[in-house]
Parts: sequence; C-alpha cells; structure tokens
Amino acid sequence: MPGFVETFFNLEIMRAALPYLLQGLGTTLLLVLLVVPLGIAGGLAVALLYRSPRRRVRWPLILYVDFFRAFPPLVLLIFLYAGLPFAGIEIGAFTAVAIGFFLNNSAYYGEVLRAGIESVPRGQWEAARSTGLSAPRAMLWVVLPQAVRNVLPDLVGNTLEVVKLTSLASVVALPELLFAARQAQSLTYNPSPIVLAAIIYLVLLWPFVRLLSRLEHRMLVSR
Amino acid sequence: MQREPPVLSIRGLRKSFGATEVLRGIDLDVRPRELVFVIGPSGSGKSTLLRCCNRLEEPSDGSILFDGTDIRAPGTDINAVRRRIGMVFQSFNLYPHMTALGNVTLALRQVLKKPRREADEIAAAALARVGLADKQGAYPGELSGGQQQRVAIARALALEPKAVLFDEPTSALDPELVGSVLQVMRDLREAGMTMVVVSHEMGFARAAADRVVFMDQGEIVEEGPPAAIFGAPQHARTRAFVDQIVRH
Ligand SMILES: Nc1ncnc2c1ncn2[C@@H]1O[C@H](COP(=O)(O)OP(=O)(O)OP(=O)(O)O)[C@@H](O)[C@H]1O
Ligand SMILES: [Mg+2]
Repeated sequence: MPGFVETFFNLEIMRAALPYLLQGLGTTLLLVLLVVPLGIAGGLAVALLYRSPRRRVRWPLILYVDFFRAFPPLVLLIFLYAGLPFAGIEIGAFTAVAIGFFLNNSAYYGEVLRAGIESVPRGQWEAARSTGLSAPRAMLWVVLPQAVRNVLPDLVGNTLEVVKLTSLASVVALPELLFAARQAQSLTYNPSPIVLAAIIYLVLLWPFVRLLSRLEHRMLVSR
Repeated sequence: MQREPPVLSIRGLRKSFGATEVLRGIDLDVRPRELVFVIGPSGSGKSTLLRCCNRLEEPSDGSILFDGTDIRAPGTDINAVRRRIGMVFQSFNLYPHMTALGNVTLALRQVLKKPRREADEIAAAALARVGLADKQGAYPGELSGGQQQRVAIARALALEPKAVLFDEPTSALDPELVGSVLQVMRDLREAGMTMVVVSHEMGFARAAADRVVFMDQGEIVEEGPPAAIFGAPQHARTRAFVDQIVRH
C-alpha cells in the first residue's frame, strides 16, 4: 500500500497534471470575469428597483431574492442543464452556468447593495436633489459611492464565495479547475491533482481573504 | 420696490402625512431681497413648509409660484427649479466622500454642465465668500460643524439661486461655532439675497429679519416686523411661545 505522501502529494503526478489544471484555471478565471460583473449588474438592478414606492414592484423582487438565496445553486445548475431539455429547451453547459450564477448572484449582490443604499442617510439624497441633480445622477454620484463603501467587506466576501462556487460548474462538465483536476485524478488513479487544485484555489484566494479581513477590521475601528 | 413680484408666492398650501394634516392652508409671499424668519413650536410644520417649496415634500394641495413658475404644474422641470432655490439643512448633509471643492462643484458640473476649470473657479469663489478659501481640499470629516455648514451654504450659493431656504442652520452647532454661520447669513442679506430662515436664533431675527412669521399646528398664526412679534404679539399662542423662548 502506497504511503500518504505518495498518494496525496505525488509531485510527479502533480507536475504532469499542472498544464491541464492551468487550462482549467483559465476557464475558472474567465467564468469569474463573466459571472461576477453580471451578478453585480443584476444585483444593482434589484437594489435600485427595490427603491420603488410601488408594492407591485417590490413584492416580486422580495420573492425573487428569497427564492434564489434559498435555492441550492448546485440543484439550480443541474436543473438548468439536465432538467430544461425535458421541457424542450436545450442549453449548453456554459449557458446553464451563466444563467444559474446570474440568478443566484444577483439575489445575493442585490441584498448587499440594497443594505448599502439604505445605509446612506436620506439627507444625502435630499441635498443632492435640492441642488437640481436628477435621480439617476444623485444615485450615481452621491448615494452609490457611499453605499459601496459601507458594504465593501460584504461585497468582497460575496465575491470570494462566487469564485469558490464556480467549481460547481464541474457537475455540468464545464472544464474549469475542479473539473480538470477530477479528470486528471481519474486518469492517474491518484488524488494528487485534486490537492493541487486546492492549493491553486488557496493561492488565488488568499490575498483576497487578507484584504477582506483588513476591510472588516477597518470598518470595526471606524465605527 | 413693493411692486416687484414676489420671488415665492404660496397660496392655500396643505400637506398631509397619511391622516395627519401638517400644513393647513399656508399663504405666504416672499419678496425680492426679503429675509423672512419662521418660528414656531416643534412639530408646527416649519420644516415641511420649506421642503414643500422645492418639492422635497410633495404638497397635498395649494399652489406655489417660484420666480413666476408654478412648481406644481405637470410640465415643470423640478430639477431646473431646485437649482434656483438653495437649501441649507440642519445636519449640513455634505457629501462625505468629496472634498469641500467637490461638494460645491458637483451640481455645477452635473447640472449646469460647466467644464471643470470653470466649475472649480466658481466653487473657489463661493468658498471664499463663506470664509473658507483655504479649505478647498478638506473633506467634511476634517472640518468643524460651523465650517461644514458654511461649505453647505457655498454649495447652494454657487448655483446663483434666486432664494435660499435655511432649516435650522445653526441648531446642530456648538454655541461657539454659531456666530460664523450667522455672519455668513448676515453677509448674504447685505448682498440682497432672498432668504427664508427657520431658526431659534432670536438675536439674529431681531437684527436681520424683515418679517417674522409665527407658525403653530400647521397654520401661520401671526406675522409682522420682528419688533412687533417679539415686543407686542397679538395672539395668545404667539405670546406664549415668545415668552417661552425669550426666557431661555
Ligand atoms: N415624512 C413624514 N412622515 C410622517 N409625518 C411627518 C413626516 N415629516 C414630518 N412629519 C410630521 O409633521 C409634523 C410637522 O413636522 P415638521 O418637521 O415640519 O415640524 P417642525 O416645525 O419643523 O418641527 P421642529 O421644530 O421639531 O423641526 C410633525 O408632527 C411630524 O411628526
Ligand atoms: Mg424642523
């Protein structure tokens, strides 16, 4: 029976798998660059629409946000990828991931941004409007910068979660980092590629984790 | 001078929040270069009156003419009206993420579409006018309350308003900082600015107001020159209120 190191930290296998995993990393990064901006844009739309005084607008939004925050993203992905074809709608793995992440992320980012906007005192809005700024300009120049600053730790934390969640795309055979690692694992009958993938995630995310904890600390101190 | 049309002309103004009527038919004219001082107990509707004048609060009924424009008419561009009515708030409401200069230039650039150079020049002049020429680069958090309120006044002045509304501009200030803000307001009056001031600074009212308006429970109970309102009020409610504040 092979030893622990040979099994989980087999450098030879890691070296062989590395190019393949880096390719997977490329796909992961592309995915992040797609789903994070889309999610933030969707979340911003949710947060802005939520300001509507009409209950008919706010109600469906609350349902939307609650639903997609409660719905497990893995199930959502499988449903979009494997379930929709039964309804006669055929979408590829990439589209399924893009849609699934958009629904999930816009709900989460929407909540964060809504809290941010609500944290800006009403007087800021009124001061801006009283100088003749239109509602969109008052939002863009006065409210949003303060809103984002107030919830920056939550935004960064949420984005970290999204990066980690992109590994879910492996279940619909999108060749991102984890998928590449699992393929390498099944080819080599050795889990070292998975360990290598974990190391890559760690190296990739650690600076952002540091940043997050510094932001959180700064928010606490400034309070 | 009496024949000049009023800058602000309010008729039958009513405002309700839900079932409570906060303004119950206000009639008020403010003439050019006049300083109208509004007093009244807490909750009498003074802030609501000012906020209806630029529709930060939507009036329930009545008419408001500002510089000849019916601000409640469907076709009125409210943003165009607002930039000609300055508003100064009790809590300053400076934008904390912008410098003093940035606070003043924002509307110049975004509303009046001035190029940066020109906006900066106008803003610098406005800050100099309130005695803060050397604070252009300071953030609100680095300024005293009195300095912040003067930046807020500069922000309003830079748009060359036809009138400025002040809602308790000195109430949030430490006593030793009140003077600097009142001095700026006095200078403004000297320069002929039309002003409506809600405040408890009776000394300022006596010295600078053309007219004092006493409000209670959403109505104007009495108005007249400061000497008359403070010295010989006609109504019992006015007398009670004036007695109370003079004693303090
Ligand atoms: N947005 C609002 N919703 C509901 N009620 C309001 C609102 N704004 C003001 N009111 C009520 O309207 C009344 C008048 O308020 P307003 O702020 O105009 O009084 P004020 O004379 O300025 O008082 P103060 O001297 O305390 O500033 C108060 O009873 C207040 O509770
Ligand atoms: Mg008030």
